[in-house]
Amino acid sequence: MPASSLNPAVPIPQAAAAERPSIPSILHEWVTTTDHKRLGLMYIMAGLLFFVISGCMAALIRVQLAFPNNDFLPPQMFNRMFTMHGTAMVFLVGMPIIAGLMNYLVPLMIGARDMAFPRLNAFGFWIFLFGGGLLYFSYLAAPGLSGAGSAPDVGWFAYSPLTGKAFSRGHSTDYWILSIMISGIGSIASAINVIVTVITMRCRGMTLMKMPMFVWIVLVVAYLIVIVLPPLTAAQIMLLLDRFLGAKFFDTQAGGSAVLWQHFFWIFGHPEVYVLILPGFAVATEIIPVFSRKPIFGYAVMVGASVMIGFISLGVWAHHMFTIGMSAMSNTFFATSTMLVGIPTGIKLFNWLGTMWGGKIRFKTPMLFCVAFLFQFLCAGLTGIMLAVAPFDWQLSDSYFVVAHFHYVLIGGLLFTIFGAIYYWFPKATGKLLSEKLGKWHFWVFLIGFNLTFGPLHIAGILGMPRRIYTYDVGRGWDVWNLLASIGVIFQAVGILFFVGNILWSLWKGKKAGDDPWDAWTLEWSTTSPPPPYNFEVLPEVRSRRPLWDLKHPTDPDWKYE
Amino acid sequence: MAAASSPTISAAAEWKLPSKRKVGLICLLATESALFTIFVVAYLFYLGKSLNGPYPKDILSPPWLASVALLSSSVTVVLAERAFLRGNLGRFKLMLFVTIALGVFFLGATALEWKRLITHDQFTISSNLAGSTYYSLVGLHASHVVIGLLLLSLVWVLSLANWVGPEQHERVEMLSWYWHFVDAIWIVVFTVVYILGR
Repeated sequence: MPASSLNPAVPIPQAAAAERPSIPSILHEWVTTTDHKRLGLMYIMAGLLFFVISGCMAALIRVQLAFPNNDFLPPQMFNRMFTMHGTAMVFLVGMPIIAGLMNYLVPLMIGARDMAFPRLNAFGFWIFLFGGGLLYFSYLAAPGLSGAGSAPDVGWFAYSPLTGKAFSRGHSTDYWILSIMISGIGSIASAINVIVTVITMRCRGMTLMKMPMFVWIVLVVAYLIVIVLPPLTAAQIMLLLDRFLGAKFFDTQAGGSAVLWQHFFWIFGHPEVYVLILPGFAVATEIIPVFSRKPIFGYAVMVGASVMIGFISLGVWAHHMFTIGMSAMSNTFFATSTMLVGIPTGIKLFNWLGTMWGGKIRFKTPMLFCVAFLFQFLCAGLTGIMLAVAPFDWQLSDSYFVVAHFHYVLIGGLLFTIFGAIYYWFPKATGKLLSEKLGKWHFWVFLIGFNLTFGPLHIAGILGMPRRIYTYDVGRGWDVWNLLASIGVIFQAVGILFFVGNILWSLWKGKKAGDDPWDAWTLEWSTTSPPPPYNFEVLPEVRSRRPLWDLKHPTDPDWKYE
Repeated sequence: MAAASSPTISAAAEWKLPSKRKVGLICLLATESALFTIFVVAYLFYLGKSLNGPYPKDILSPPWLASVALLSSSVTVVLAERAFLRGNLGRFKLMLFVTIALGVFFLGATALEWKRLITHDQFTISSNLAGSTYYSLVGLHASHVVIGLLLLSLVWVLSLANWVGPEQHERVEMLSWYWHFVDAIWIVVFTVVYILGR
């Protein structure tokens, strides 16, 4: 281009034509990219795609359960639905969206030009996408030679001995194992990348205690992924050996232990809950201060609480297993450690409230989602503490109370903050603001729908409704709660339509965002929207936790007080 | 206050962060350790729980010679690295070759042991719990030895072609870290399988 402008002989229209890339070349660029921003966006887009698919499955589940003795879905298909819904929501929605946020934001926030290992980053994304495709491919290919089964139907935690060759014929369970194992490799790759990037690529002056809270929390998340994903992989390797080579790990006929699978799975599975919810905390900790016009309350305590969660969460897994008949000692240990996790989490809640206290709060859409997150996550935390009490858990384990509890964690906690994150950082990634009006419709409709669905399910659970049943009889007192829950799904679906519509409309006609639409303080807002491939022309240098505050208020910079 | 950025320059000049490769490799080894831990736990959990023979105490004997070979390859890889640092490439190639040879010897000994167990003692991965845990744990370690040997051989072949120069020092160092890790894991596996497990 510079050559053509220097050379008047080249006609200008031709130069313009050369500038507009063709669709194959754009595709080629995205497929071969190693840019952390593009990979981050691709992670998020893939995650949202899987979110819509497995959300539709959840809607079908709720249609089936709306009325007693309904026969909308046959039982086998119902089993596949909840298995695919759960598996996909955890591994193909939660994990990639989190990986996408980490990828997009970490280098921008620490003032770096890319992740530490850009090609490993691209590898992680594509291997994750392959794993995700493999899971859905099972619908076509899982019968294998034996002709039995379709998609996996063993539940997202795939308890043994149901997954043994004798009870799970065909290859559906093999697809479950391999797709999760493969996308897990992608997660480990991106987690290692995040750790190395944060440790080795921070801009000048950004000591660990000057990092944005988001970066601190995702560092803990990445460490958790590195430590807790291998146990799942190991258990899955054992299960594969059982299924293909006749090993006896989980073969109860040969002295193997079905309970060992549960231990191995939950050694991964419970920290995984924190892998999913901590990024929610990370997002809330960025958004709440900016929209309260105050720095985060208790930065150091917040760091400490996150690290504490990272350690304590490794020792709570067996609270998923109170009903299998562990010793009183084990029950006591895991009940206590589970309640201990409540302490750092409670600290965080109070810190967010402390940040809002006395602040000049602006209720823009990202902030609305974060405020709802505070309330809903509190509910989730309280029911969590209830379930940590072993005798209470004996009564309600595997009931809809548990289903309601963890949906309050994963939707009320994680999904609400992810929506907040998208409203907050969409202007940075695209240069366009999302519509506030549509955003508020999205927020309120989805808020009503979510609480209408999962609030009543607590009661259905207390009334004894077990999870994973494909239908139920009249007269158990569950009808009205299930009907309410299913009506809530309509609101949630409409909310999602507002969300998708908002994204499309704003991409087309949204207001120009400018570099810093929220008057924020972290480094990503100091570059253009969208940022150039190299992020920063000159690598920044920081002296406090709020470098942009220092720039905007040279007479009263933060570093004087920190 | 406009000059706020200038006083930091002296401090900023010392701004130095750890090497990417080292931190990355440490993370990789941490995640590998977690993987091995679960297999070791399974091994210990299933000790003595096999319902039928053959039992480990009757058929397993500690591979002392192979273990000594593998552990001494940790020493030779350090010698190779030192020679590399001093620019003595001839000695580097020699020591690297000795390391590879010791690793291959270890792997060969494992192969012969497995052959004897399978054909002579009828002890396979599907015999009983002992077989499942033994072959998976030892096999997982052996697969790491194979990866290490492939990487060592790659460096050795490249160094024969004189394509390995001083600028690759950190890469060679990382390779030796990985090899030490494989050896350290063997100490754990050896203890669990051949000492506690019999």
